[in-house]
Amino acid sequence: MTELNDDFFRHISSEFNDELDVLRRSILEMGGLVEAQLVSALSFFKTNNSSVLDGIEENERKINAAEIDLDDQVESLIVRRQPIASDLRLVLGVSKIVRDLERMGDELEKVGRLSLDSFSSRDSVGITEIERIAEQVRKMLSEALTAFARLDLDLAKEIFEREREVDKIYQSALRALATFMIEDPRNIGTVLNVVWIARSLERVGDHATNIAEYVIYMIQGVDIRHPGVNQNKVD
Amino acid sequence: MSNSMVETASQIERRVMPDKTLGQIVVDNPRVSARNVDVFYGDKHAIDDISLDIGASQVISFIGPSGCGKSTFLRCLNRMNDTIDKCRVEGEINIDGRNIYDPLIDVVSLRARVGMVFQKANPFPKSIFDNIAYGPTIHGLASSKVELEQIVETSLQRAGLWEEVKDRLDQPGTGLSGGQQQRLCIARTIAVSPEVILMDEPCSALDPIATAKVEELIHELREQYTIVIVTHSMQQAARVSDRTAYFHLGKLVEVGDTKQVFTNPKHELTQDYITGRFG
Repeated sequence: MTELNDDFFRHISSEFNDELDVLRRSILEMGGLVEAQLVSALSFFKTNNSSVLDGIEENERKINAAEIDLDDQVESLIVRRQPIASDLRLVLGVSKIVRDLERMGDELEKVGRLSLDSFSSRDSVGITEIERIAEQVRKMLSEALTAFARLDLDLAKEIFEREREVDKIYQSALRALATFMIEDPRNIGTVLNVVWIARSLERVGDHATNIAEYVIYMIQGVDIRHPGVNQNKVD
Repeated sequence: MSNSMVETASQIERRVMPDKTLGQIVVDNPRVSARNVDVFYGDKHAIDDISLDIGASQVISFIGPSGCGKSTFLRCLNRMNDTIDKCRVEGEINIDGRNIYDPLIDVVSLRARVGMVFQKANPFPKSIFDNIAYGPTIHGLASSKVELEQIVETSLQRAGLWEEVKDRLDQPGTGLSGGQQQRLCIARTIAVSPEVILMDEPCSALDPIATAKVEELIHELREQYTIVIVTHSMQQAARVSDRTAYFHLGKLVEVGDTKQVFTNPKHELTQDYITGRFG
């Protein structure tokens, strides 16, 4: 155990410490698999070398297997340890992060598949816009996983700022893509695919933001999702 | 989502003894109100400046490591510490607005108003009926045999024991199972119409089924009584109580709504204890 706050591993039960450490490592490994999907897609946008996407389906299967393994770990921890306080928040947080990572995996598998159909060269319509979104989203995911690993509150908060950046780039990309369609209706089929790619990448960014929210919950015990729904929770 | 939404939460208090209790010690319309209570056993300072309100119709759990003072404080609430030589209690404890350490207070009637259930069930070596009837008889709560029988039946019903013992009321209370004996003791406590029930680890010798029955009983009694329970089971505290108070080395470190204490304790000492970490 290196980065996660050492307080998590001060239990009198060394077995409990080990189980939490395995849980933490497993979720980071799952995050690493999702990050690899994103890096592969980004590499394809930069090089147009389709071989970089060869492993994307296999990786998706590994992500799904990791989801099942982590759900099993969470279930076992609840049954055997009845975690409370910061332990409870860690276990609940992980169980939610798992879901977001799995959905990111689905979105990125779609990104890979559609990209192969849409981007035949470095000059393909929309590739520049997609590359910009993917670059920002990759940073978001990387920071979300680092914030989890270090329980870094400041880093988790920065992700919200980055999400606003992604939204701006996404909106600007949609305007550019709409222009392509208006200029030459023959582009519509291809450009629609690119819109789907942009949408999936933007969703991946939303999931990274969710992870940041869970990290804040783990650290501070406050639920900052959906402000205004229950004002007491952000007091 | 703006960053300002996440600025307001405070970090957990670090692992040093706080100057004052964290959380809300004050409640509206308290039934029990303790202020600046200190307890000494000879030179030993067992309770250090504890203030705490306990509301009517409220269940509060006292938790903390052995020797932290939770049972000592519990026993202050019906002056059970009076029976211990060299024990000295300072400060003020009011129940329904009256200081129970006032010299004019009748301690026997105080202990009827503030009943107690112990770790080990301690039925009298008498029949089941007499176990319940004893308190109302000595306190003059029944004017006739019929009324006494009614009190016995009602108390056993409230304690969830009536159906199990109604056909053998003349048999010894000590012949019941451990769980039944504990519920008999609770029925005995209820029989004198207390306002507050103190429970000192009432389920520590019981199996899960008997524990569940006692906890269900606590749930049913909460409407009518103030219940204070000392427990070493975190799950039990989480299950039965509205508020939880964490004691450490004679101080009340933290008190709060049970959900808050068990999901997001304010003090690291509380967190270390409830999660089983090295302190």
